[in-house]
Amino acid sequence: MSAPLPYSCGSADHLTRRTLLQAAGATGLCWLTPLAERLARAAEDAPRGKPAKSLIVLWMAGGPSQLETFDPHPKSPIAHEETKAIDTRAKGIQIADSLPLIAEQMDHISLVRSLVSKEGDHERATYTVKTGFRPDPTLIHPSLGSILCHQTTDNCEIPRHVSILPGQWPARGGFLGDQFDAFKTFDPNGPIPDVIPRVPEARATRRLDALQNVVESSFARGRLKDLDKKTLHATSIAAARKMMSSDQLKAFDVSLAPESLRQEFGDNRFGRGCLAALQLIGVGVRCVEVTLDGWDTHFENERSVRANCAQLDPAFAALLKHLKERELLDSTIVLWAGEFGRTPRRNPNNGRDHWPHGFTVALGGGGIRGGRVIGETSPDPKLSETDRLQDLTDPHNIDDIHATVLRALGIDFTVEHMTPIGRPMALSKGKVIDELLA
Amino acid sequence: MWARHLLFLGVCAAGVWLVGDQLLRRDRVADPRTARPDRFAGVEEARPWPDARQPSKDWAATLGRLNGEFRDHRAKHDLPAAPRADHLTIARRMSLALVGTVPSVEEIRALEAVRPDDRVEWWTSHLLEDRRFADYWAERFARMFCPPDINPPIIFRRNRFTTWLGDQFAANTPYNEVVQKLIAEQGVWTGNPAANFITATAQNDKQNQPDPVRLAGRTARAFLGMRIDCLQCHDDKLGNLSFGTGDSARGGTQADFHQLAAFFGSTQFGLVGVYDGNKMYEVQYLDADKEVVVPAKVPFLDELADGHGTRREQLARWVTHPENKAFARATVNRAWALLFGQPLVQPIDDIPLEGPYPPGLELLADDFIAHDFDLQRLIRLITASEVFQLDSRADFEITAEHEKQWAVFPLTRLRPEQMAGSLSQSAQLETIDGQAHVVMRIAKFQQIRQFVERYGDAGQDEFTDRAGTIPQRLLMMNGDLVKERTGGNFVASASARIAALTNKPEKQVEVAYLATLTRRPSEEELAHFTAQLAGLRGEERGEAMEDLYWTLINSTEFSWNH
Repeated sequence: MSAPLPYSCGSADHLTRRTLLQAAGATGLCWLTPLAERLARAAEDAPRGKPAKSLIVLWMAGGPSQLETFDPHPKSPIAHEETKAIDTRAKGIQIADSLPLIAEQMDHISLVRSLVSKEGDHERATYTVKTGFRPDPTLIHPSLGSILCHQTTDNCEIPRHVSILPGQWPARGGFLGDQFDAFKTFDPNGPIPDVIPRVPEARATRRLDALQNVVESSFARGRLKDLDKKTLHATSIAAARKMMSSDQLKAFDVSLAPESLRQEFGDNRFGRGCLAALQLIGVGVRCVEVTLDGWDTHFENERSVRANCAQLDPAFAALLKHLKERELLDSTIVLWAGEFGRTPRRNPNNGRDHWPHGFTVALGGGGIRGGRVIGETSPDPKLSETDRLQDLTDPHNIDDIHATVLRALGIDFTVEHMTPIGRPMALSKGKVIDELLA
Repeated sequence: MWARHLLFLGVCAAGVWLVGDQLLRRDRVADPRTARPDRFAGVEEARPWPDARQPSKDWAATLGRLNGEFRDHRAKHDLPAAPRADHLTIARRMSLALVGTVPSVEEIRALEAVRPDDRVEWWTSHLLEDRRFADYWAERFARMFCPPDINPPIIFRRNRFTTWLGDQFAANTPYNEVVQKLIAEQGVWTGNPAANFITATAQNDKQNQPDPVRLAGRTARAFLGMRIDCLQCHDDKLGNLSFGTGDSARGGTQADFHQLAAFFGSTQFGLVGVYDGNKMYEVQYLDADKEVVVPAKVPFLDELADGHGTRREQLARWVTHPENKAFARATVNRAWALLFGQPLVQPIDDIPLEGPYPPGLELLADDFIAHDFDLQRLIRLITASEVFQLDSRADFEITAEHEKQWAVFPLTRLRPEQMAGSLSQSAQLETIDGQAHVVMRIAKFQQIRQFVERYGDAGQDEFTDRAGTIPQRLLMMNGDLVKERTGGNFVASASARIAALTNKPEKQVEVAYLATLTRRPSEEELAHFTAQLAGLRGEERGEAMEDLYWTLINSTEFSWNH
């Protein structure tokens, strides 16, 4: 059984056993035609506003400490002496004093402080938070951005799913297909490399014509069926060609932005990445992931987190502010997350270790209500291994974030998609956190 | 006056002769010393073998059984096999796997002069004797031993380490001895390069002391084919890991991890380099109140640990003990992956202790142990096997299932170094020698390094099934290196050389195909490109040659192993 097509062609071949069974309920077929989709959407309790169109993921690689960022417990037994809490623009919400500029934007974002997952290893946990599923040896689940691109069609000339400063495990299309993988790009302090054609158009066309009609057709003969589906060779060449002549390419380059704007975001890789994300969303890119590394603070946690926040704070705050100014915030979800939090107790190196049993994610924009807090962690946790949840109020599994974001994007995540191993699979198994929807 | 003119002409003629000789030299490729076609005698008669578990001392018999296991496997899945690939396709695979580049035109000519039945043996021997093999495999193995993500400056010397590893592969030092050195080496990392395995984990926030936790994780992954990293923080609750054998099988615990790490717990770093001191390894277990001293203890097959020498020496002998088959399985899986582009067991470093195993794995592991961990013998067995020589084309419809069950040779994307290497090699007609080999050039030349970085992840060796990407296509269509290697530059580009060497379009097209795709053009291809070249002269002919080269290296065929 093959992976679903990147677009819906309406053929009955794509119906799966289970979707057929669900056909009476109509929801199972809704993604096949725009009309049915609209009807089904109207029927379910859709978000009250218009669905969001795009998504920015600020990925904190290494696992950021909740206690020194969005969930401080000053003066508690688990706090670090130097971490203070400050008031924010959202009434009643306090965050760590290392994030003063974000505090000013707090009315745009909400916090979920009681997230739990079952993965404490970087690779596995990154997978879990990016996809909403635990690693499975038989298939790879798609990330949020890949789902968004799979569920929409655009006339964007540049890749619709972009990962800036990708770490080891950038967002992937998984069973939806590698064509939904994020386009990886590095410090946006200049144009994208290798996009200037070396020969005049007529010669380029001659070359490509010989490639496709003579060499490629000869190679494909007798080989794997649907060769390009595996190699994506011709698909990538076509996408590369489209990019090369596109004006939208400029959105990748922040060196063209006014100096004051660059300074506001912070003249470092992450700051430039966030500015590029703003520009890319502006030209119609669906999902941008920007990574800030350095959160694996087993050693001297407080000092390292403060150093990271010095980059995070201006960039995240400026991103929200300018999305709002450009009237993009209502249609763009911004999600701040890392693979897990850090232990309430400090280790002998004054560091904090991996902690998936109560950590924070921040999200806002695009149909997500700002200025809310879901769940709490205890300032004096019992840390019982047999009952992790007793230190949490209103705990949520990480996939509840996925369900909420997908709902805000207007995507019916309960529809099952056929995976390459022939197992139908919903896009998320989480529950929507209704309080977060605007 | 005339004498001077004559002298001038003489000098010119000598120059032309010298240059021409360099360009047109033939038969530089000597016959390999280790080629022994007679080892193939009796492969067919050797099956069936009476006892499937009995390791064979006989090369032909093992090969026969290996072929048999894959035939039986295909029969079980009711899948027909692709026919045998042609000799140039097999030569390309082997060259990419063993030296990291496509074969040169010069090598192809030499290979084609060998009797058809002896070609695989001749070619394997030729490549194994080439220093490029040792360097290339050393580079790939070094990525596994010391992943390039974090490199402590000064006290970790990757080049020194890789060169030492290459020396071991060139001398075919038994692989167990190589690994014993890595685990237990003492002294200064420059004089005793194996010690870099330890210093690669130096923690710069702890006076460069090695990190027992990372060493334990790497030991398990690289030498035992086990991912036990989860256990660092907690007991295994997913049933992902099983230690012990048979009835005594049990789940992994946090103690298993730290008891393994404790073998590196007394390893210290000081003025004399790496040494074993009296430091205790202490850990605060999950939900414990305080740190405790952790004893050094192996996670399974306890009876093989002997307790002599330093802690690291004890661990080194246990890891490589002939009865600890996890070590041989991990090595076979790695060698297989380097040769096929994908491992027998996926992921490459997550092989269950208790099976079930795919065809070939146990057999090759037994043979590897029985033959003193001889890596070159292992390579020869795999390259000589039927399954390695299957075509990736067939007259039936090939599906993903055929690839998965080894009924056809799987298509895999070339790694960035293989692409850079092939790009450089295909721009030459002669074989690039050891000093100009891609693994050397990555270290020396910014342009090559940049290509490798942009083409893809330069991180740990990965063998996951991935498609091509847009940045890769942009790099191949418009990148600097490609422009230089396909362009009109007589030194760096073969297209310019071919255009200068022969005027016959048919010949030019053929040489371009051999240099890039290691095959001759089909009739249709030959007709198309000959027509493109016909009637052109000078600069126009050069441009048309450049276009031909560009087209060939931008094909799926060039970027994929097949």
